[in-house]
Amino acid sequence: MKWLRNNWDQVLAALGEHIVISFTALAIAFTLSLVIGILAARNDRVFRWAIAVTGFLYTIPTLAFLALLIPVVGLGKTNAIICMVSFSLMIMIRNVAIGIREVPADVVDAARGMGMRGIEILAKIEVPLALPVIVAGLRIATVTVISVAVVAAYINAGGLGTLIFSGISNDFAPKIWIGALTSCALAVAADLSLARVERWLRHRAD
Amino acid sequence: MLLVEAWQFILAHPGRFAVALTTHVALSAAALGLAVAMAVPVGVLLANRRRAMLLAITAANVGRTLPSLAVLALVMPLLGTGFVPALFALTLLALPPILINTCTALRQVDADLVDAARGMGMTRAQVMRQVELPVAIPVIFAGIRTASVQVVSGAVLAAYIGGGGLGDFITAGIAMMALPQLLVGAIPATLLALGADRLFGWLQRMLTPVGMRVR
Repeated sequence: MKWLRNNWDQVLAALGEHIVISFTALAIAFTLSLVIGILAARNDRVFRWAIAVTGFLYTIPTLAFLALLIPVVGLGKTNAIICMVSFSLMIMIRNVAIGIREVPADVVDAARGMGMRGIEILAKIEVPLALPVIVAGLRIATVTVISVAVVAAYINAGGLGTLIFSGISNDFAPKIWIGALTSCALAVAADLSLARVERWLRHRAD
Repeated sequence: MLLVEAWQFILAHPGRFAVALTTHVALSAAALGLAVAMAVPVGVLLANRRRAMLLAITAANVGRTLPSLAVLALVMPLLGTGFVPALFALTLLALPPILINTCTALRQVDADLVDAARGMGMTRAQVMRQVELPVAIPVIFAGIRTASVQVVSGAVLAAYIGGGGLGDFITAGIAMMALPQLLVGAIPATLLALGADRLFGWLQRMLTPVGMRVR
């Protein structure tokens, strides 16, 4: 604990960096998933292909994925973010597509009867009604991305994993403890807060 | 080309590759086996205790969010480095998905089905063995499948705490920026994860009672 008192600024910087790379990856993955997910909701072939390809990416072990990207993009944040985005796509595309498909057909019909057009129905009816399911996917993706970011410190992407790795290589337990526990706390906090958002959205929908 | 160089590396170090591969498989299989041996019986024991089951599910949900590397790293100051600490950490990582799926699967068994079995004079244990477990098997195996992929992935990270396995080639490859060596670790590890996913997907279908199969 003495180490923490003297180095809290280092821990905070690592935490900040961890949040920034996770957030960047999530923002990219969310945008991609929204587009692909909407297409997949309309077309069964797109759905099956998207899930097959992203499901394959999702199965690749994290460290192996980072390693396979090194010959292509080298070390660093870009590599980490590509890996994090790839891991989030399957869950989010699936949830966007399923969320939109589960919107009752009569609701969509009613909107059409009121004179709404395709884009309008999508933006004002389908996506808002699918939001609880979309956020459920975002929640799993967030936890995954935070976990990947810990490993990505090994390829110089920064973040809380830096503390763990430097603790391991210097055989200095306090650094390992702080790095590991802070990343666990971050993952649990993100999961719980998104669970709250999800619950709130479900309540509002009912 | 990189792939050719990676292949040549394997041919030049067949012993090292074989040891890494077998360690990886042994570590993953042992962790998965231990996790199944613990999580499934606990799920069965909790089946008729609603509150305890809810508590277990909540705990498992928290466990599931913890980053794999953080769990592996936390084991190191407590148990040191090597195969056994890695096995311990990987078992911990495999428990939540299996426990959650066992609990939810048993909870979702149709109550009428259980009533009918009881009415036919089956004892509680018989109902569990002959009705509830067979009906729950597909969902339980889905959990084991998730856990298997997670364990194979986690075993790559075990290299950091001296657990051996294919991760050794990746960490060495990154340290020396030896690209072929990276592939020697990364490609077999990926194939193992895909293989585990396929294997348990197939087992899941095979073990689903014939009457429940979707054709």
